[in-house]
Amino acid sequence: MSNFDFANSINWLIGGAQGSGVDSAANVFSNTCAHAGFYIYGKREFYSNIKGEHSYFSIRVSEDQVHSGVDDIDVLVSFDAETIFRHSDRVIAGGAILYDTSIGNVTLSEVPTIDSHAASKISSYLLNSNNESSIQGVLNYARSKGCKIFGLPYFDMVSELSKRINEPGLSKLSRTINIIAISASLALLNFDKNQVFDGIKNVFAAKPKIIPVNIAAADYAYYYVDNNFGENKLRSKVPNREKLSNHILILGSQAAAIGKIAAGCRFQTYYPITPASDDSEFLEANQVFDLADGTKGSMLVVQTEDEIAAITMAIGGALTGVRSATATSGPGFSLMAEALGWAGMNEVPLVVTMYQRAGPSTGLPTRHEQSDLLFAINAGHGEFPKIVYASGDIEESFYDSLRVFNYAEKFQLPVIHMLDKAIASSIMTIPNFDSSTISIDRGKFVKEVGADSPNLGEANNYRRFKFEDDHISPRVSLGTKNAIFWNTGDEHTEEGHISEDPDVRIKMMEKRMGKLETIIGQISEADKLVSYDFPNSNGKYVVISWGSTKGPILDALKRLSREGSSMKFIQIKLLHPFPADTLEKYLNGSSVIIDIEMNFSCQLGQLIKQHNLRKANYLIVKYNGRPMSSNEVYSSLNNILQGKGKSREVLTNGA
Amino acid sequence: MALKLADYKTNVHNDWCAGCGDFGILNAVQMALSEMQIPTDRAAIFSGIGCSGKTPHFINAFGIHTLHGRVLPFAQGAKLANPDLEIIAVGGDGDGLGIGAGHFVGAGRKNVDLPYILFNNAVYGLTKGQASPTLKLGVKTKSLAVPNANNSVNPISLALVAGFTFIARSYSYDVRHLKDIIKRAIQHKGLAYVDVLQPCPTYNDINTREWFQGQGIFDQNGKTIPRIYKIEDQGYDGVVKNLDDQDQKAIQVILKANEWGDKIPIGVFYQNELIPTYHERISESIKDYFECPPAKEIILDDTRKSNANFENIMKKFRIDS
Repeated sequence: MSNFDFANSINWLIGGAQGSGVDSAANVFSNTCAHAGFYIYGKREFYSNIKGEHSYFSIRVSEDQVHSGVDDIDVLVSFDAETIFRHSDRVIAGGAILYDTSIGNVTLSEVPTIDSHAASKISSYLLNSNNESSIQGVLNYARSKGCKIFGLPYFDMVSELSKRINEPGLSKLSRTINIIAISASLALLNFDKNQVFDGIKNVFAAKPKIIPVNIAAADYAYYYVDNNFGENKLRSKVPNREKLSNHILILGSQAAAIGKIAAGCRFQTYYPITPASDDSEFLEANQVFDLADGTKGSMLVVQTEDEIAAITMAIGGALTGVRSATATSGPGFSLMAEALGWAGMNEVPLVVTMYQRAGPSTGLPTRHEQSDLLFAINAGHGEFPKIVYASGDIEESFYDSLRVFNYAEKFQLPVIHMLDKAIASSIMTIPNFDSSTISIDRGKFVKEVGADSPNLGEANNYRRFKFEDDHISPRVSLGTKNAIFWNTGDEHTEEGHISEDPDVRIKMMEKRMGKLETIIGQISEADKLVSYDFPNSNGKYVVISWGSTKGPILDALKRLSREGSSMKFIQIKLLHPFPADTLEKYLNGSSVIIDIEMNFSCQLGQLIKQHNLRKANYLIVKYNGRPMSSNEVYSSLNNILQGKGKSREVLTNGA
Repeated sequence: MALKLADYKTNVHNDWCAGCGDFGILNAVQMALSEMQIPTDRAAIFSGIGCSGKTPHFINAFGIHTLHGRVLPFAQGAKLANPDLEIIAVGGDGDGLGIGAGHFVGAGRKNVDLPYILFNNAVYGLTKGQASPTLKLGVKTKSLAVPNANNSVNPISLALVAGFTFIARSYSYDVRHLKDIIKRAIQHKGLAYVDVLQPCPTYNDINTREWFQGQGIFDQNGKTIPRIYKIEDQGYDGVVKNLDDQDQKAIQVILKANEWGDKIPIGVFYQNELIPTYHERISESIKDYFECPPAKEIILDDTRKSNANFENIMKKFRIDS
């Protein structure tokens, strides 16, 4: 038995060609570990491709809550050559590489999906260490670093499995290679095999037919590891863990979607786009759901011909009083800009769930970035009020879904809920959702209007845009008796008829834009921003950020705190209208601002300059399409604390 | 108390040009609503942008004046969320067949239960007379610098291949005929297209009222023969009575739609209620959709908390079981 020490956290990574079962294998692994009582943070990286290109899933298994990925790999699981070529250099000394023995002679040039840029990086480190550009070369290098190499003859293993379970169909059985691979890794980590069987049952619950063969494959992998590597297991025992009580393991896009059901959204439109479609597809698959009184509720999800139709159809739905949303990513959001202005002009409550990805244009369609902040704030011509609200992680994306629908109805305007690819395609163990912590607030939504209502105006028509002190008029839905009103994208009267009168224009502009002040006044400080303090903080410094960079920042600051010198972190959630006063208050005595953002131009930093007249002293940015890892954020912050920080640091990690 | 025609009118000043074909369409819509006794607060008129876009402001019903080209998705959204509303979509030819052509086709595929009335005068009036998608190739209306270099789209044929299940044409100066067609379009179960030929007295100096009424075409006695004729008078029947008839009826629509010039057909080209509406398709998966569409869903309990119980959904995510 090895005395290998994983501290309290393992970073496990599985790679393979897209379509070869990487995701299901990773799901079984994470499910098994989560049920064993460990905290999980996992992230999925994939190409804009259906089959063949390299995808991988890295999963952190920890005794403490983790919020982000790290770059160093403890256990690398593979069943193809590309995974070995692309990831082996990040396996730490003492870490493990599981590979298919039949690919030992594959050379780098024989893997067509490794692009020339990646290939030259790989061959140059191999050359520098006097190794050939082949799997053998990579493994030699890894061995020399102190990695443990475990060869698994998958083909022979499948043949053996075939005899064991008396199933002659080898091609069918070859689909279990992914399960054999992860089971071998779990066996090396000394997890109880019954936990793996349970993981398989959980993940394949919807396909009960394939459960027995996968369990047999896992069982055989355990047998194989015991027989061949019994003395070399990675650790002698698994820490004994209580189950995490009332916890779930869930993807970000699923959390946001369930939040919409909880929030009372009953109409969602969409046009397919990565990574936003997962949200709509989850809702389509769960369109009929239980209500507390035992009856059924439903959400109508409609796929439209384009994003312009998606947003305008959602607005049409919202006009009937339904909480309505559309979900999209950058390119689709670009198409929605004009209609966003119409919703602003006509004060329609609408939620746009905006899953950011790397732009501009199609950019890196399946990769991460947070570069649409200023665009979201400024989308649409002319001036109109909107709210831009950003969630920082999977758990927040559920609760914020409830918040954004409340804001949309309370303030009668479009709300752009900023999420991103890193949140959407990551998994995390979090406490189960409790929707009772946030009440549903429909604002000034009027269900009945009497013939003598004070809201009636000229010709007894309803004053949908009635001037009020807080700039918010009592709203009715289409079809409300005694409440006929008009909407128009043109400037309009209180009844909604076109008007080009200069005085009406002034009053209406002031009504609409005045809502921004109402919003700042009514949204609580806790919902505007979150301030995190850590033991051993140096009050001079403060980290400011928004969105999913929250995870790596929290993990980095916790580590710094453990090591004796950390700092405060302010996560801004309400980005428009900008909570400048609240931020000023929380900046307090901090004199050094460190702005961390997943974009090139420090978009939040620009907002802080504009609204607080404060310039960040240090900028830490990243725009290579891969989420920040906590170790690179840690290094940058540590450098700053040591007085060695660069005024602008560009992070570059990630495969 | 019965609703009178006057109940469907507003006191908003109408700024269309004198002699505009839009007036006939507006009158016909109001007459149809009145004859059908549709309550003013159950109807919602959705429009696009252009002169036709102002129509809702002149009708005393909910009026939603939307974006250029987007009237159909707005209107479909409202009708899908609340199918009890009487939603009517109106718009111009540039609006619906130029900038909004993608939605025209998209709407056909869905077959949402609403009528779409297209004000077809072959020019962009409000922007001062540019060629619209229905202006014929080579025609030079008065504000064009050169003859129209684009071929025209045939909206009747496009509606057919896109999947509209009611397709008709009328003429804005035959208000009675137009009113009857609009009533049938409203009554139709599914997406209805009504193509309304109309002169633009200011910018279309080719397809004028006189032209439609036969200018330059004479019978043996020297009497003007109107270009417009009613297809039903010639025994044309566009109603699909069983699905086997569909192809024959469709061919008939294309042939009839291609008539233009000296003879211009109006009437119901096609009607097919055998195709399920989008609402019916929804109710296959959401069984109580018609009784409880999105607009009637209750979303909170007495304590203002969410009434959704998503424990069943959460089961597969739980790791404590």
